[in-house]
Amino acid sequence: MNETPSRGSGAAMDELYAEAHHWEVNTGGETIHAKRMPGKWRRIKWLASSVWLIFFLGPYLRWNGSQAVLFDIPNRKYHLFGVTVLPQDFWMLSLLLLFFAILLAVVTALVGRAYCGYFCFQTVWTDVFTWIEEKLEGSPPQRRKLDKAPLDASKVRIKVLKHAIWLLIGFFTGFSFVAWFYGAGPLWRDFFVGDANVAVYASVALFTLGTYLLAGWLREQVCFWLCPYARIQGVMLDKTTVVPTYDEARGEPRGRLQKGQSSAERTVGDCVDCNQCVAVCPTGVDIRNGQQEGCITCGLCIDACDAVMDKVGKPRGLIRYASLDEVEGKPVKPMLMRARVWVYTGILALALVGIMYGLSSLEAIEVKVLHERAPLFVQLSDGSVQNKYTLKVLNKSGQDLTVRVSAESSAPMTLLGAEEPLFARSGEVTPMIVFVKIKRSDLPGETLPVTFHATTTLSDNTEIAAERESAFFGPSR
Amino acid sequence: MADHNPFPGENNTGHFWDDNIRELNNPPPKWWMIALWVSIAWFVLYGILYPMYPVLPWQSQEGGGFTKGVLGWTSIKEFEQGMEQVAEVRAQYETQIAAMTPEQILDDPGLTQYTLASAKVLFGDYCAACHGSGGQGNPGYPVLADDDWLYGGSMAKIVESITNGRKGAMTAHKDILSEAEVDQLSQFTVSLADGGEGSEAGWKLFNDKGCTACHGQQANGILAELPDGSIVTVGAANLTDSIWRFEPGGYESAKHTILYGVNQPGVEQTRDAVMPAFGGSAGGLEGKLESDQIKKLAVYVHSLGGGQ
Repeated sequence: MNETPSRGSGAAMDELYAEAHHWEVNTGGETIHAKRMPGKWRRIKWLASSVWLIFFLGPYLRWNGSQAVLFDIPNRKYHLFGVTVLPQDFWMLSLLLLFFAILLAVVTALVGRAYCGYFCFQTVWTDVFTWIEEKLEGSPPQRRKLDKAPLDASKVRIKVLKHAIWLLIGFFTGFSFVAWFYGAGPLWRDFFVGDANVAVYASVALFTLGTYLLAGWLREQVCFWLCPYARIQGVMLDKTTVVPTYDEARGEPRGRLQKGQSSAERTVGDCVDCNQCVAVCPTGVDIRNGQQEGCITCGLCIDACDAVMDKVGKPRGLIRYASLDEVEGKPVKPMLMRARVWVYTGILALALVGIMYGLSSLEAIEVKVLHERAPLFVQLSDGSVQNKYTLKVLNKSGQDLTVRVSAESSAPMTLLGAEEPLFARSGEVTPMIVFVKIKRSDLPGETLPVTFHATTTLSDNTEIAAERESAFFGPSR
Repeated sequence: MADHNPFPGENNTGHFWDDNIRELNNPPPKWWMIALWVSIAWFVLYGILYPMYPVLPWQSQEGGGFTKGVLGWTSIKEFEQGMEQVAEVRAQYETQIAAMTPEQILDDPGLTQYTLASAKVLFGDYCAACHGSGGQGNPGYPVLADDDWLYGGSMAKIVESITNGRKGAMTAHKDILSEAEVDQLSQFTVSLADGGEGSEAGWKLFNDKGCTACHGQQANGILAELPDGSIVTVGAANLTDSIWRFEPGGYESAKHTILYGVNQPGVEQTRDAVMPAFGGSAGGLEGKLESDQIKKLAVYVHSLGGGQ
């Protein structure tokens, strides 16, 4: 055990040691205080982040006198701009989920983790939280100094203020989330006087705490260890994907700028090894090591590098949005020539068409027919055969309706139990038991299709009809 | 030892073995330690609040050998509270049903819906074993979903059948009629069931042998129709429809019933046709159902498809 490694393996070990400093595992032991620098991608990031204002302001949008978008879970009714969607229409939700899943895949394949870098709530909230931190505690060096400083009155004041603002943002995140489900008006009315239900308080509390912990404390650790998308995106990228890339051929070997040396005298690459790209990175990675799991492709390193290049009088774009193919000098395939783009676009279009069809064909009533199975049919004393059906009439309109039920088939038949119209309450399923009687001699075979019709009149005198086909069963001959 | 640390700067604890094996100080991350201590606190708190620790057998007291927890929570208590909530929801319907006749229940769509759902369970418990899950009947046990009733299909008659039970009776004719007469009567009933008029000789024999006493002048099981529309029967089958009381029906079935009768003591192979009483004073199932339950079942059976 005491033997030293033989000389022969020494060179190999030196090589391993040489790259060892690249392999550091960011476990959150040290808080990443990223530097903020202005720039093009910084502006785009703020613009993209502002999409989340919809999340905060959306619940206050009104439509025909009620909340425009309200997911009323206790009553199982989902209001979208005057359209009411019931759980029965939820097949559209699967199409919506498909749409967004594929959208995420296609965006990742084309431009990498643009969602992570610009739109993800984790990134956006963390960005806002660190912005507040910078306003209160100052630049990254000042923040590190403050963290190490002994606890005195001014530190306590700053820290308490910071955490209070964080918690307040967390609270309004939860409050706004619940407003989509509870209604913004009722929420403001009930919440602060203790009239809302337990689920509301629990949700707001969970969101407050969750936002505070995730955006305030866990930050980039969520992207590293918690987020499933970050784990699977590796298989979605390929060499044609456009991501922030360090132009190694141009930058290497990197070397610090020497005083008094003109750029013509410089023998090394364009990278002046200022580490600004690392300093501004919100996840603390070094983009010069290539595409890696920690990179959320937010482009802030591009801003930083461009600013430095401007200063040292070199062209921009040492770090830029580029595909690996482009950087390696291979021909770049136009986007429309890639099969992947067409397949993804096809799926997206199909899902969209499905949703649009679903939303445009929402009928005010829906009827389902359950044929009685025990007994399948009954022979009556007058020689006819009787089948029993349970009709379930769903009223999706906003008003109570009187529904008339009729039935037809190719054989002469009698419908019993539907003499009186059915009173169907708004948003509910009302069952109705009916019987169909057909003379045995009129039955063409063992089964016969029967169509049930439900018709009703809305308060504005529009006639609404729904139908459902079922079967009539008789004895075998 | 730490004074002569041969491996400085690697955060070791100062413990060395064999010169180069040393213990490093790599504590788990802080968040992990916090989670660990929170879990332990949770475990202890849970043990105080809820039933948890099994107590050793010799320490076990009356009521089970485990710590009870200061909150006094038990699963059976939670179950009972749940049942109370259900009873509360049902109470509004139950009080209405208690004050109504079965016909009145049937007139109220909301109450009918509740009653059918509630009676479905009762039907499964008490009736389905013989009459089938949907009232489709079983060999020897009548179909409840058709419109052929031995004792009447009005609500009152159904309540009566469930409450007091029914017992069919038919004389065994093996020692009364000749073989030829039995054969003729059997063929007569089959022809009636198939929708025929019945032969003149058949009708004559049917009348002469006193079959009309129970099966009626028209052989349809009806002895008399009262002015109020109700009918008088003794539970004898309607022979003019195609529904057979005893499966599989047809010539052999009819012959068997005529020869050995129904519920005849001392006659081997006699037909068995007994419905126990579920609410009355007779029978082994006495008092099994309360009057409200019988009311619900009557509504349910009436709605199966053949109520009158």
